Amino acid sequence: MSEPPPRPAAGPATPLPSKPRPITWRLANVVDIIPETPRVRTLVLDVSDWPGHRAGQHVDVRLTAEDGYQAQRSYSIASPPEDRHLALTIERLDDGEVSPYLTGELRAGDQLELRGPIGGYFAWSVALGGPLLLVAGGSGIVPLMAMLRHRAAALQNAEPEVRHRVPARVLYSSRRWDEVIYRDELARLADDDPALQVTHTLTRQPPKGWTGFRRRIDRMMLAEVAWPPAERPQVFVCGPTPLVESVAAALVELGHDPARVKTERFGPTGGAT
Amino acid sequence: MSPVSRGFRGRSRPTAESGRLPPGQYETRDFPVLSAGPTPRVSPAAWDFTVRGPGTQVARWTWDEFSTLPRETVTRDIHCVTKWSKLGTMWEGVSVDTLLAEAAARGVGAGPFVMALSDGGYTTNLPLADIIGGKAWVALSYNGEPLAAEHGGPARLLVPHLYFWKSAKWVRQLRFMDHDQPGFWESLGYHNYGDPWREQRYSGDE
Repeated sequence: MSEPPPRPAAGPATPLPSKPRPITWRLANVVDIIPETPRVRTLVLDVSDWPGHRAGQHVDVRLTAEDGYQAQRSYSIASPPEDRHLALTIERLDDGEVSPYLTGELRAGDQLELRGPIGGYFAWSVALGGPLLLVAGGSGIVPLMAMLRHRAAALQNAEPEVRHRVPARVLYSSRRWDEVIYRDELARLADDDPALQVTHTLTRQPPKGWTGFRRRIDRMMLAEVAWPPAERPQVFVCGPTPLVESVAAALVELGHDPARVKTERFGPTGGAT
Repeated sequence: MSPVSRGFRGRSRPTAESGRLPPGQYETRDFPVLSAGPTPRVSPAAWDFTVRGPGTQVARWTWDEFSTLPRETVTRDIHCVTKWSKLGTMWEGVSVDTLLAEAAARGVGAGPFVMALSDGGYTTNLPLADIIGGKAWVALSYNGEPLAAEHGGPARLLVPHLYFWKSAKWVRQLRFMDHDQPGFWESLGYHNYGDPWREQRYSGDE
């Protein structure tokens, strides 16, 4: 997050809350660490008295060195609100200060400080309905995966008609096939659910026999994969800044209402070091 | 008291610059782009800037008129609530003091609070005291170049002493209010005032 979005002009009429509840630092126990790709790990955390979250929100993580030095970073929540544990999926940035520690040094049994959930805009729940269009680049899939997991959990026992009221399409750009985060789970979710369509594009070295897209997401690809604007999808786009800039611009050119296109961007050091 | 994170050392501590980083921030050398929606594009012919008093009085400048207003060059550190700070950024823009003096000359007064309104529908609220007295500008250039659209061009508010979401990109209007009202992020869980030195990130932070 940080700045300009879409919304009817003029400030919301909600009055200032007189005494907002602080978002306090909590201690999280690392229950498990799951390798996702060569550079990506999921931290499974047990957070005492976690207040709950919505899919798409994030947390702030704080590390403390022995001399008292502290570093904070924001990470998207990967787990749906329905899960008992909180999951953060983190990509190691080689020049990062925090992500190499979280993906390399941290072990099950260690503790972390975090606070959240944070961010009320880039968030979705089944109650908001669909269709849903999720566009991701690289680790930008993380908050969108929380939405897909939430959708699957909420619709698990739903009748097919109900499921078809919240159809979802995912367009996910990765560099290489072995860098696709949640690859098997995405395939499984799509196999189990005719109302979910997952499309991959690989921008470098597609595997032998690859018949899918092999370029950066562009307007033509979006026109082919995305819901037509007339379906009025709710759109969430998350990834590196150049991808988000070009995808959001292309969606607006295709006729999607800018107010329905919600974005989250991370630059080289934008939000995920 | 925070527990020590086993095995975490962190970067070598910043030295000369360390006094310039508010708590919980780290220095970045590039300029991350953060916004909640698509980047709005507006042609100079369609662009204007307005200052609206607490009543209905409005002072308006077209792009050409706005371009003739005196500009100041300012170099400031900026701090984003997502934790990055960028030191010594150089901007050129029209001081809000200049705009308010011009507006007053046209019979448009200020009020104790202001809402900045942007293309795309973004809003952010500020007390009057935080945008007068050489503390805020409508910036038109960054690093000697016209402000790029993804960084808020053609014009963004610059209020560097507060977290950077207060420096509204694509700003088009300053609307004065008799009573404070939350803007976009301020009504979505972010702090109403946003002082980086007091680490006022989220609503409820002291």
